[in-house]
Amino acid sequence: MDYFKIIILGLITFIAAVAASNGYDLAYKLHAVIIMVVAFGMLVWVLRTSDEPQKIAPEGAYFDGVIRAGVIATAFWGIAGFLVGTFIAFQLAFPALNFDWGQPFTNFGRLRPLHTSAVIFAFGGNALIATSLYVVQRTSGTRLWGGNTAWFVFWGYQLFIVMAATGYLLGGTQSKEYAEPEWYVDLWLTIVWLTYLAVFLGTIFKRREKHIYVANWFFLSFIITVAMLHVVNNLSIPISIWGSKSVQVFSGVQDAMTQWWYGHNAVGFFLTAGFLGMMYYFVPKQAGRPVYSYKLSIIHFWALIFLYIWAGPHHLHYTALPDWASTLGMVFSIILWMPSWGGMINGLMTLQGAWDKLRTDPILRMFVLSLGFYGMSTFEGPMMSIRAVNSLSHYTDWTIGHVHSGALGWNGMITFACIYFLTPKLWGRQQMYSVSAISWHFWLATLGIVLYAASMWVTGIMEGLMWREVDDQGFLVNSFADTVSAKFPMYVVRGLGGVLFLAGALVMVWNMWMTIRGAKPAVANVPGALNLSPAE
Amino acid sequence: MDTYSLLRQIADSWVLLAMFVFFIGTGIWAFLPSQRSARTEASMIPFRNDDSAKTCSGTCETCKCNAAALNAKGQFDV
Repeated sequence: MDYFKIIILGLITFIAAVAASNGYDLAYKLHAVIIMVVAFGMLVWVLRTSDEPQKIAPEGAYFDGVIRAGVIATAFWGIAGFLVGTFIAFQLAFPALNFDWGQPFTNFGRLRPLHTSAVIFAFGGNALIATSLYVVQRTSGTRLWGGNTAWFVFWGYQLFIVMAATGYLLGGTQSKEYAEPEWYVDLWLTIVWLTYLAVFLGTIFKRREKHIYVANWFFLSFIITVAMLHVVNNLSIPISIWGSKSVQVFSGVQDAMTQWWYGHNAVGFFLTAGFLGMMYYFVPKQAGRPVYSYKLSIIHFWALIFLYIWAGPHHLHYTALPDWASTLGMVFSIILWMPSWGGMINGLMTLQGAWDKLRTDPILRMFVLSLGFYGMSTFEGPMMSIRAVNSLSHYTDWTIGHVHSGALGWNGMITFACIYFLTPKLWGRQQMYSVSAISWHFWLATLGIVLYAASMWVTGIMEGLMWREVDDQGFLVNSFADTVSAKFPMYVVRGLGGVLFLAGALVMVWNMWMTIRGAKPAVANVPGALNLSPAE
Repeated sequence: MDTYSLLRQIADSWVLLAMFVFFIGTGIWAFLPSQRSARTEASMIPFRNDDSAKTCSGTCETCKCNAAALNAKGQFDV
C-alpha cells in the first residue's frame, strides 16, 4: 500500500512540477506549485513512516479527531471571511481603500468572491462537515465509516479552499457567482465531495439504530444535491490542460438559468438543508427535549426538498428568461414560505416547557435567535421573489441586506452555538471557559446584524426608488452617482455592523482558546460497541 | 419528435404525476397512526448513544428521556 502511495504521490509531484513550468497564467502556476509542495510533503511523510507499526484505531470510540480539526477550521475561516467582509464594506464606503499598491489583487472585485466563498464554503462548509460527521455518528450509534477517509475529506476540502481563495486574488475565475473556481479546482472538489458522501452514507449503512434520524436526512440531501448542482453548473471545457481558463458548455440564457438553479439551491441545500440538519440535532440536545413534532419534521423535509429546487428563476425576473419560467420560480418561492416556517416553528416549539432556560443559557439563546432570523429571511425572500417587489429590490442593497440577515443571523448564529456546544465536549471540559463571554458574543453579533440589515433596507429601498424616479417630462431624475453619494452614511453604518460581528467572533476565538488550552482530546465511547449483538 | 419535445412531454405528464403522488404520499406517511411508535423512537435518538445522556432513569417529572410521559401531557407531539 505504501509503495502504491509513493508512486502516486511521486507522479503527482512530477506532473505538478511540469504544470508549474508550462502554465499559461499566474493562478494556474501558483496552484501547480501548491500541489507540488503538498504532494512532495506527503511523499516524504509516507517514506518516513512506511514500515512503521500501524496504529490500530479504537473501534469502540467515536471518530472525533477530524471533528476537532473541523471546529478549529470553522473558527479560523470564519475570522478570515468576516475580516475580508468588513474590509470590503469599508472599501465601498471609502474607495481609497482600494490601495494603488495592491492593484489588481486587493481591489473590491477580487476580494468580494474571496469574502463570499470564505464565509459560505470555508466557514459554513467546515461547520457542516464537522457537525454532520459528529451527528451521524451519535445518531447512528457507530464510528465513522472508512477510517482515515474522513481526514482526506477534511484536508482535501482545505486544499480546495486555499486554491479557490488564491485563485480569486490572481484572477482565476469563471465568473459564476458562488461557483467562481476554475475547472481543475472544481474537479478536485468533486472528488472530495463524493468521498464525503461515501463516508456519510457508509456510516448510515452500518448504523445500530433502526431509524435514520431526521437530521441525517437533511445532511444527506445537502450532500447529494450539492454534488449534483456543482457538477452540472461547472460543466466547462478547459482551453488547455496547462491553463486555468475554461469555456462554459451552456451559453446565453441557458447558462444564466443553470447558474441560478445552482445559485439558489446552494442557498437552499448548502445554507438551509445542511444547517437544518444541525438544528434538528443540536437544538433538542441543548434544550434537553426531543423535537416538538417529528411529523412536522418529516413534512418539513419533503416539502423543502420538493419546492426549493424550482425557486431559482426568481433571480432572473425581467431578463431573457421566458415569463413562464420566472413565474414558476416566483410561485414556488412563495409556497416555500410554508415549510420554512413549519421548520422554524418546529425548532422554536422544541423549547416548550424549557423557555426558562433562555434566561440562563446563552447557547440556547443563540439557537433561538438563529431560528428567528431563519424565519425572518424566509419570509423576506419569498416576498422579494414577487416580480413587482423584485422590480424595486433587484440590483439594490436590499438583496445584500437580505442575504446577510440570513447568513449572519441564521447560519452564523447557529454555527456559533454549535461551536459552543461542541468545543467543551470534544476537549473533555464541563463547559466553555467563560459563559459570560458567550453572552458578550451574542449581543455583539446581534447588534452587528441589526446595524447591517437595517442600513441595507434603508439604502436598498432608497436606491430602488431613486433609480425609478422620473420627472413630469418622463426623464430620470437621478444619475447613478447621485445614488452612490446618497448611500454613504448607510455604508458606514453597515461597516460598523461588520466590525461588531467580527468583534463577537474574536471573543469566541479567545473563549475557544482558553477552553482548549491545556485540555486533552476527549475520547467518546460508542455505547455498547463491544457488545456484538445485531441492530435492534 | 425531437428529443426536447419528447422529454418535455414525459416530464409534463407521467413524471409530474409520479412526483406529485410521491409528495402526497410522504405527507400521508408522516401522519400514519401505525408509525406513531416509530416516530417516538426516532425522535429520542439524539438522547441515546451519547456519553452524557446515560444517567437518566426515566422517572423524574420533566425527564427528557421520558417521551411517553411528555406525550401523555400533550407537551410533545410525535
